[in-house]
Amino acid sequence: MPKDSGIGASSKRREDVRFLTGAGNYTDDINVHGQAYVHFLRSDIAHGRIKSVDTSAAEAMPGVVRVFTGKDFEGVGGMPCGWEVTDKHGAPMQEPPHPILAQGKVRHVGDPIAAIVADSLEQARDAAEAIDLDIEELPAVIDMKAAAQDDATLVHDDLKNNICYDWQLGETDDAKVDEVFANAAHVTTLDLVNNRLVANPMEPRVAVGEYKRGTDEYTLFTTSQNPHVIRLLMCAFVLGLPEHKVRVVAPDVGGGFGTKIFHYAEEAFCTFAAKACGRPVKWTSSRSEAFMSDAHGRDHVSKIELALDADNNFIGLRTNTYANLGAYLSTFSSSVPTWLHGTLMAGNYKTPVIQVNVKAMFTNTVPVDAYRGAGRPEATFQLERVVDKAARELGLDPIALRRQNFVTQFPYDTPVALTYDTGDYNGTMDKLEAAADLAGFAARKAESEANGKLRGLGINCYIEACGIAPSNIVGMLGARAGLYDAATVRVNATGSISVMVGAHSHGQGHETAFPQVVADMIGIDESMIEIVHGDTSKIPFGMGTYGSRSLAVCGSAMVKATEKVIEKAKKIAAHLLEASEADIELKDGQFSVAGTDKSVAWGDVTLTAYVPHNYPLEVEPGLEETAFYDPANFTFPAGAYACEVEVDPDTGQVSIEKFTAADDFGNIINPMIVDGQVHGGIGQGIGQALLENCAYDENGQLLSASYMDYAMPRADDVPFYGVDHSSQTPCTHNPLGVKGCGEAGAIGSPPAVVNAVLDALNSGGKAVDHIDMPVSPSRVWAAMNS
Amino acid sequence: MKITMTVNGKAVSGDVEGRTLLSGFLREHLSLTGTHVGCDTAQCGACLVHVNGEAVKSCNMLAAEADGADVGTIEGQANADGSLNAIQQAFQDHHGLQCGFCTPGMVMSAAALLKENPRPTEAEIRKYLEGNLCRCTGYHNIVKAIMAASGQDVSSIAAE
Repeated sequence: MPKDSGIGASSKRREDVRFLTGAGNYTDDINVHGQAYVHFLRSDIAHGRIKSVDTSAAEAMPGVVRVFTGKDFEGVGGMPCGWEVTDKHGAPMQEPPHPILAQGKVRHVGDPIAAIVADSLEQARDAAEAIDLDIEELPAVIDMKAAAQDDATLVHDDLKNNICYDWQLGETDDAKVDEVFANAAHVTTLDLVNNRLVANPMEPRVAVGEYKRGTDEYTLFTTSQNPHVIRLLMCAFVLGLPEHKVRVVAPDVGGGFGTKIFHYAEEAFCTFAAKACGRPVKWTSSRSEAFMSDAHGRDHVSKIELALDADNNFIGLRTNTYANLGAYLSTFSSSVPTWLHGTLMAGNYKTPVIQVNVKAMFTNTVPVDAYRGAGRPEATFQLERVVDKAARELGLDPIALRRQNFVTQFPYDTPVALTYDTGDYNGTMDKLEAAADLAGFAARKAESEANGKLRGLGINCYIEACGIAPSNIVGMLGARAGLYDAATVRVNATGSISVMVGAHSHGQGHETAFPQVVADMIGIDESMIEIVHGDTSKIPFGMGTYGSRSLAVCGSAMVKATEKVIEKAKKIAAHLLEASEADIELKDGQFSVAGTDKSVAWGDVTLTAYVPHNYPLEVEPGLEETAFYDPANFTFPAGAYACEVEVDPDTGQVSIEKFTAADDFGNIINPMIVDGQVHGGIGQGIGQALLENCAYDENGQLLSASYMDYAMPRADDVPFYGVDHSSQTPCTHNPLGVKGCGEAGAIGSPPAVVNAVLDALNSGGKAVDHIDMPVSPSRVWAAMNS
Repeated sequence: MKITMTVNGKAVSGDVEGRTLLSGFLREHLSLTGTHVGCDTAQCGACLVHVNGEAVKSCNMLAAEADGADVGTIEGQANADGSLNAIQQAFQDHHGLQCGFCTPGMVMSAAALLKENPRPTEAEIRKYLEGNLCRCTGYHNIVKAIMAASGQDVSSIAAE
């Protein structure tokens, strides 16, 4: 019987009412009295030396308040990178400067050269056309392997080459790895590309900067997943402002998917310009601008080799990846191909020897950073494609080969630095086989064939590491930030509760799910609890929402703070009931004395806390507690996915006929929201597999800079999805036993789709080893006919 | 230039430039910020409103073109008592929205669909929604919500 409230209930989302009635408050809905508008003049070439930027004519245009160029920011810090990766020789990564506006060179199409602040956006745009640029075009560095050559053009003249770092994880002894491969009964090798993507939250980025001269205070309204991170980075590294004078507000945010984690130049610009211009300054990105200024995702070129013994056990794995970082280091870009990618190469398998090699490259493209899954989809795609190819080469059932090599004993120390605390990969696969009706596949395939279509079944397993932590370990790995989170539980006199959280909700439904937890702990109605988030002036210092961390990390802080509240409330209740604190029990919002019928209601205790007339002298008045929570380990969601496709042999068109996900997320607070998160992840994963591709030409021109050219998945590109999360091994080290569900779908689905297409082709008599994503009709047709 | 129109049943007027888009007029002049702008190529549908009963992408129409028209936006969709209408309620009941940014366009699009086709099939809904992008939901619960809003039994469709 499903619960109707509290933990485990599919409570309807309270935030929906404002979104459904047009009453949301997104950043672009915010207008500050007297605001001016900024338009950024962006480079239309990929690489060039700035000879001169003449703004005199633009400054004389109607409505223009001021025109800024790189020179205005020469004494100001650049955009920082939040993770220092150490290369395999012990050297720090090469870390070039990233100015707010280009200085000396432009390094990608979209690199901002000048910023025009004017009374209206139209005036700012008109004035931009009057700026006279003299830029000497340089050869564009686009292809990663070419960028790594000794004679390659340098993206950053002061660096020794275009390689940010050459990193390694796992087995460091090359000879040992060679020996494993030399002794293997079978080796499967695969070259593949993880296509470059653009996250594309439907709300473009917006920033509104405001400065109050009277109090010397700044406010930045911005489309961010983590307002405190933005405030810290902007104050400490870019503008040199005291944090207590800066308020960062991320109100309703229309999706993030990673690309709104990062601190962007436009945020720092609007904050800086608000003071410099003496007026609030607003920037709203157009979609075309978003394509050339939002950090992109993925873009790996890899070679992976899997060694198997004569019994088909995985005995060795080696990967070599080129990872594109773009022209500058975005906030967490350096961590994505390394600690969020290499560490996941063990997957669900007990492969004893693994070596991961990553060369991270600077190119004349938009910076690349975390996008939903962030490194984990790239790892999973490599691993699950090579496992699938091995099964085909050896004539083995792909599920049986996977099952044979699953990790089954926990905790499990991988050869790539992680300790999986718990999981049940066979149990989850059992759930998949049932939920996806794999027994019925043969009949469905026969039906497709009768209709002239090839049908394929693709299987995929994934593991992900979520809630990246603990801070002391990630600090040793190069993180320049802590990765805890925080919550303040403020109980009001009448018993209602405001919970101020460091996590930020931009679609995840925190305003609904988080109260379910607190309501259960106290035994009161969810409607008595509200979540406050997104405003540094209201919430404790938290790290925000990304990496499927909100519930596992911030939710744990909320539980700890609520436990402190309950502990104090019990002291008050004990006083009121004239009983020992140890005998006080809290159930259904009533404090009672064990073994008696004496009780006092939650609301009476909270009122007493604020009207402390009859009150224990040793206890402080009030009822408000804060907790910071730094996890002991990552959480490890895992799952098994099945995709069935039909391929039209005449056109190469692929259609997704059936998609089923079986996930182990540990305990679940709101199943409806969890299902929705999985649906959305699968939608994006199908987009990557079949449709989406961020394309540059050899001159560094961005070919896919609008929705006319970048193929977003639409409603008729996808089916209904089957979702099963009844396989549940609770996380062993956080109080809720939760793991995180936000990225799973995007990690688990691309290999399932590609594996399905290849199964369709090969079982249809077309010997095709691999097709790179997006698996477009032209690529499928070419592969079938080559 | 001066324009007048009816928006959500109320007469409104404004002084706009020739290049002012209907979306801009609604958002900037009338402060009806429920209509969102998600792209600049009339692809995403977040700005979809009703103009004389027809679904129109308001970023793709000049405000002057709507002079004299009867315009409906998301702010005018709820029932007279302020409660959610059938489509809005179905979106909440079936978790048809996450970040909420595409939602006004989705609801307005769904209303236009159900007006011309009161009981659409799954395929008809997916086809009709081609002009509305959503990045959060994978469309599953949007399609389901629209089917439910049209009175169809959606209990057999996988997971809420």
